Amino acid sequence: MIVFDQVQKSYQVGGRAIPALHPTDMTIETGEVFGIVGHSGAGKSTLVRLINLLEPPTGGRILIDDEDITGYNPAQLRAFRRKVGMIFQHFNLLSSKTVADNIAFPMKLAGIYSRTEIRERVEELLARVSLTDHANKYPSQLSGGQKQRVGIARALACRPTILLCDEATSALDPQTTQSVLKLLADINRELGLTIVLITHEMDVVRRVCDRVAVMDAGRVVEMGPVSEVFLHPQHPTTRDFVFESESIDHQELQEDLQKANGRILRLTFKGESTYQPLLGSVARKSGVDFSILSGRIDHIKDTPYGQLTLSLVGGDLDVAMQEFEAADVHVEVLR
Amino acid sequence: MEALLSNVDWSEIGWASWDTLVMVGMSLLFSVLIGLPIGVLLFLTGKRQLLEQPVAYAVLSFVVNVLRSVPFIILLIVMIPFTVMLIGTSLGVAGAIPPLVAGGAPFFARLVETSLREVDRGIIEATQAMGANVRQIIFGALLPEALPGIIAGITVTAITLVSYAAMSGVIGGGGLGDLAIRFGYQRFQTDVMVITVALLVIFVQVLQMVGDRLVLYFSRK
Repeated sequence: MIVFDQVQKSYQVGGRAIPALHPTDMTIETGEVFGIVGHSGAGKSTLVRLINLLEPPTGGRILIDDEDITGYNPAQLRAFRRKVGMIFQHFNLLSSKTVADNIAFPMKLAGIYSRTEIRERVEELLARVSLTDHANKYPSQLSGGQKQRVGIARALACRPTILLCDEATSALDPQTTQSVLKLLADINRELGLTIVLITHEMDVVRRVCDRVAVMDAGRVVEMGPVSEVFLHPQHPTTRDFVFESESIDHQELQEDLQKANGRILRLTFKGESTYQPLLGSVARKSGVDFSILSGRIDHIKDTPYGQLTLSLVGGDLDVAMQEFEAADVHVEVLR
Repeated sequence: MEALLSNVDWSEIGWASWDTLVMVGMSLLFSVLIGLPIGVLLFLTGKRQLLEQPVAYAVLSFVVNVLRSVPFIILLIVMIPFTVMLIGTSLGVAGAIPPLVAGGAPFFARLVETSLREVDRGIIEATQAMGANVRQIIFGALLPEALPGIIAGITVTAITLVSYAAMSGVIGGGGLGDLAIRFGYQRFQTDVMVITVALLVIFVQVLQMVGDRLVLYFSRK
């Protein structure tokens, strides 16, 4: 468990303290995939580097499994960092070492593993990230996705309990992003390690995260389970991110709604209700006519969800609302 | 042909070439041994680096700059008393090596500093995140990543030392430069001058070629 207790960070620039992270409280549970989303400069990069103290905080306490890491001496800190893997946007592999040597590097630095242990672990990790055939290549001979898989294998070498991902998919094409995210999800499930992932793409959060924190200008402005934050965003920044990820033009949507007749509702289905043939039965029972203005069906991690914007004309609106609620559908009246 | 090169004493040329090789080789060895750690220190103590130390950096940088701004011909003369103190003579092959190192080491140190700065900061950060200490970051990541640049630096330093070594002939340093000055210049033996220059050109070409090959071999980017 990672606990931030009034953690803050500011940089001295020309004698003035510029805050990068305002005092923040946050708890990341063991074994969860925690996303931190925000625009560049929002402070997410600082926040993730506080967890392994690449950036020391200027105030507050950071507790990892109830131990305050801000009080560590250099030797303790180095030992702690071995238990926290990290992967990067630009991979940061050593160009002078082969794939196998890159993966072995953190184990060699640790100085507590035998040659045999290192060789066996490297083979095991190469297999896990499906790069066994590339063991003796140099990073420059690999594609972006392969490089990031080397990065992941390297981060896992010393069997960490926490994996930090710094914009790990931002330099990858959509297809490669998918496969890297799937790998991260598998690792989380099979090894039970906590993943903290920062990104500027809500889609990444939607695919793999359990909970998410939204950052804006050095503050966490919204935090909660992904389904909650994603389907019912509260803060304007969060809404921007959600709309962006659904490629919805907010203004266009408003114009479309203007043209529609009757009441306008937004229905949110989650889990099993997504697959229920609900609209037809509600229409029959209430006598209401529907017109679908916009809609989307997708997954949040492993949970299917649907979101529909409808206009309703005629019939008994109250009956319709009751029916929806009885079916566990979240209803939001837009007009 | 015989008449054209009538003044050339080939065994003299052979010995002089050997002397030049020894001077360049020895001074290169010491320049690298002294310049490499200085270059690493310059890099580490520099602004926003691992061991940021503004004062140490300023002092080190000043010393390097002073040695580099003195024209080598002056450095040769200034170094004479020090050289005598160090090895007993300022003449011959041995006497030329200390001033050559004084000229070569700071030059090489700067080249090392520059090539270390070329290493991606992300790689240093990643190595730190793995729990490496400063020594491990230097020997495990920085130096291997900067190796092609450092080898290129050694090549440039070696070539500079060839010309410095020739210059040391002025103060009786021995080698091809000495030959060129004593015979080619002072006795107007143009043929000796031509031969020594040709040999120096070949020497530099070979050094550059070997250096380039090595850089290519160690480049993985």
